[in-house]
Parts: sequence; C-alpha cells; structure tokens
Amino acid sequence: MELRLAGLSHGYGDLEVLRGIDLAIPAGRIVCIVGPSGCGKSTLLRLIGGLERPDRGAVLQTGEPAAGCLNPLTFIFQDFSLLPWRTVEGNVRLALEDHGLGRAKTARIVDDVLARTRLSEFHAAFPRQLSGGMKQRVAIARALAVSPAFLLMDEPLSALDAQTRELLLDDLVDLWGRERFSGVYITHNLDEAVRLGHRVVVLSGRPGTVREILEIDLPLDERSARARDLATHRSRLWQLIRDEVQAAELELVDG
Amino acid sequence: MAESERCGRPVPFRGGGFSPKPLGIVGPIVFVVVVAIWEAGCRLGLISPLMLPAPSEALAALAHLVETGLLWQHLGASLHRLVLGWTLGTLLGLAVGFSIGLFSLARAGLAPMVAAIFPIPKIALLPLFVIWFGIGEGSKVATILFGTFFPTVIATYGGVDNVDRGLIRMGQSFGLSWLSIVRKIILPGALPAILPGFRISAAIAIVLLVAAEMIGAEYGIGAYILLAGSLMATDELLAGVAVLSVMGLTINWLIVRAERFLLRWRT
Repeated sequence: MELRLAGLSHGYGDLEVLRGIDLAIPAGRIVCIVGPSGCGKSTLLRLIGGLERPDRGAVLQTGEPAAGCLNPLTFIFQDFSLLPWRTVEGNVRLALEDHGLGRAKTARIVDDVLARTRLSEFHAAFPRQLSGGMKQRVAIARALAVSPAFLLMDEPLSALDAQTRELLLDDLVDLWGRERFSGVYITHNLDEAVRLGHRVVVLSGRPGTVREILEIDLPLDERSARARDLATHRSRLWQLIRDEVQAAELELVDG
Repeated sequence: MAESERCGRPVPFRGGGFSPKPLGIVGPIVFVVVVAIWEAGCRLGLISPLMLPAPSEALAALAHLVETGLLWQHLGASLHRLVLGWTLGTLLGLAVGFSIGLFSLARAGLAPMVAAIFPIPKIALLPLFVIWFGIGEGSKVATILFGTFFPTVIATYGGVDNVDRGLIRMGQSFGLSWLSIVRKIILPGALPAILPGFRISAAIAIVLLVAAEMIGAEYGIGAYILLAGSLMATDELLAGVAVLSVMGLTINWLIVRAERFLLRWRT
C-alpha cells in the first residue's frame, strides 16, 4: 500500500497552513518531513491519517494493506497519548478491543508486541510510573499491535531528553530493520531526519509548500557510524531551512 | 577583617513552611478538651442547661433514642429519602451532564437553563414541591433530587470538557467506535471532576433533607430536631445534630473510599 498526496491545501479560518502539497509516500521506507515551526507539519500528518479533512486536494491510497492489518494508518504522538487509567497492557489492548479478536488472540498479540518492545516485565505498570522513553515505547507497542501499513509519527522524540532520544532513535532503526515498516516521520530535529529518513521532505514556512526532497541513500543501520556523511546531509538541510526558521522565529504566535 | 568575614557566613535560610504536616494526636485532644470545658461549664452552672445542655445529657438523650428504637425509625426514614433523592438526582445529572458535554444541541439548549436554575437555593422551591407532589415523601425526595441534579450536571459536563482532546484524537486514530471513546476515554477522563461533584451534591442533599423533614414529616432526623426544639428539649436536639454529623462523616468517608478506588491510577 502506498500513499499519494495530490494538491493538498489546508487552512484554519483565514490562516493558510498548507498549500498545494504533492508528495508520494512509498511503502517500506521512512519519509521524514522537516520544516520551521508553524509550517503545518503536524497538520499535514493529521491530514494523511484522516484525522482532518483537507480544504482542497486529497490523500490517495493505492493498493491494499497487507492481510491482518487492523489499522492501516497508525499514529505515534509526541505526547504519547496513553490512557493514564490503564496499565501498559491495557493501553495496548485498547487498540485491539474494537476489532472483536477474542480474548485469546488479543492476549497473544499484546504479549507479542510487549516482548518486541522489551516491555513484558512492565505490563502491569501505570503510565505515571514510567519514564518518558518507556511511555513512548508503550505507544510504539500499541501501534505495532494493529499491524499498521503506515506509521505516522508526529515528533515522537521531541518530548524526551537528549539521551533517551538517542536510545529510542536506535530502537526505531532496529525496528525498521526487522519490520521494514513504512513511515512518515515529522520532526523539527534535523539529526533525527538524517538518521531515520530514506527521503527527507523540506517544507517551507507558512503556508507550507514542498521546498525540496532529499534522498539519503545510506542504509539506516550504518548511519550512526558514518557521522561525516550525515553531517553533510544535515548541513545541506540546514542551508535549506535556515532562513525560513529565522523568519518563523520573528513571527507573532497568533499572527 | 573579622574572622567571620573571612570564613564566610552561612546563607540565610529562606525556604520551608507552607506544607502543614499531619499531627494525628492533636485533633482528638482538641475535641476532648472542648467537650471537657463545655461539660465543666455546665456542671459549674456557668452555662444554663436550657440554652446548652451538658454533653453528657445529650449523650443520655442519644442513648434513650437508641434504647427505644426510635433512632432507627428516624434514621431509616431519613436515609431512605436521602438515598432515593440523591441516587435519582445523580443519575439524571450524569445523563444530562454527558449530553451537554457530548452534543452541541444539548449544550446549546440545556446549558443556559442549568446555569439559570443552579443558583436558586432549592429550599425556596420546597413549598412549590409540596403543592406539586403533596406533603408526603414525594416533595421531600423531589427537593433532594432537584438539589443534587444541578451540581452533578455542572461537574459532569465540566469533566467531559476537560478530557484531554489528544486522548480522544488518539482513540479516533485507532478507529475506536464512538461508544468506545465515550466509555473508555471520556468517562474515566471525566471521573476526577465528577467524584468531587458527588461530595458537593451529598452535602447539599443533607441540608435539603433536614429542611424538607421540617415540613410535615412524622419521622426523620429533621422532624426529630424540630420537635425537640419546639419542646425546648435541647438535649434531644443536640443528639439529633450529633446523628447528622455522624451521617455526614459516614457519607464523606464512603465517597473518599470510592475516589481512592476509582482514581487509584492517579498518584
């Protein structure tokens, strides 16, 4: 299953947020979307995931998701969005409960994804007992439970401290190595973009348009060892968005 | 240069305070001391027994109430009205509160109405309820129902409004049904606001219970207190008041237990 954005435009009231976005999102690869704050990155992701309706244009899906996929477009949120009144296990189960899988199958899936995210021994913990990085791993486990065709990640590491971010970044690289999932990864952090993105889409400042698409050909698992190549890509990205970031900085928040 | 100048003075401490600590024994001591002074004042003739009887006399009146079995008759009648009125008022309040929280039409139609009726002291409506529902049980239950309904509505829809929209969006992103989102995200998310509402509505219910029982009731703690007052039997009056205090404490204790159980996922 692949996604194609065709002439996507969106605004809130008088505020135009996105203008004429055309983009193909291939299967089995991670597309990172970067841009200055307020350029509509998160709005774009919500449009892709069907949580908002675009003013113009469409998000088109070609092909069918793999059999056994319960929720083709699955989000991972910046703030984790775990239910504080449910345990780790209960939070993962939430995503499965409406699918009528039966108790045994649900339990099997939950056990499986908790093992894959190394959370098995924390299955009975409440979110408040977990660190930020652990919470995001629970959210990743929950996303994996529904066997998504696309993982839509909205700045998943931005709420974490730098060290945790590094660990979780490695986790995501490993995860991609094993599962070869398709992903859209929104971030304002260029290091994350060059570590995870097969393709990096640079958006311009508001209204967001596609400014440039950068292909990074290095295999994901080799990237942490090839700092120099990454630095080149990173500085190229920074060149592209520097002025926009500066302009966005100077804007009043409610414009 | 003075010695202290060279070695440095400790930085003055400016923190601390503002965090009262529990001192378990102090509460009971204050209670015992106040009662002892009161008792002594009565025994020494400083306090007229007609104005304020000694605690021991009030206790004797209470013992008499237990012995004759009248206590259970009064308490039974009161609790029956209280439980019935509070439960019905709460259920209706939850239903209307959720409707206002979830549906635009209900919000536009009902919220201003609730806001307009909420501040009316419901005791003022008691005479009207007597005309509508008769002097018997009907008007008493209706008063309590009405009094508990409004605070419950307001606590409930405030709670629904305060549920983290991010969690609701998360539910939608996983394709949860509308009913699942209400049951599994909105209801538990609103509970921290609804339960304190119960505490307020229970307190209002007791006030209204006593007021309603002072109009044409044969049994009930309120009726008992009113009768004692008109006979100048202040010892019996105080015994009735003590029963009300115990009743209020018990209800509060039950709600605290419920909160602790239902909100155990919080700290």
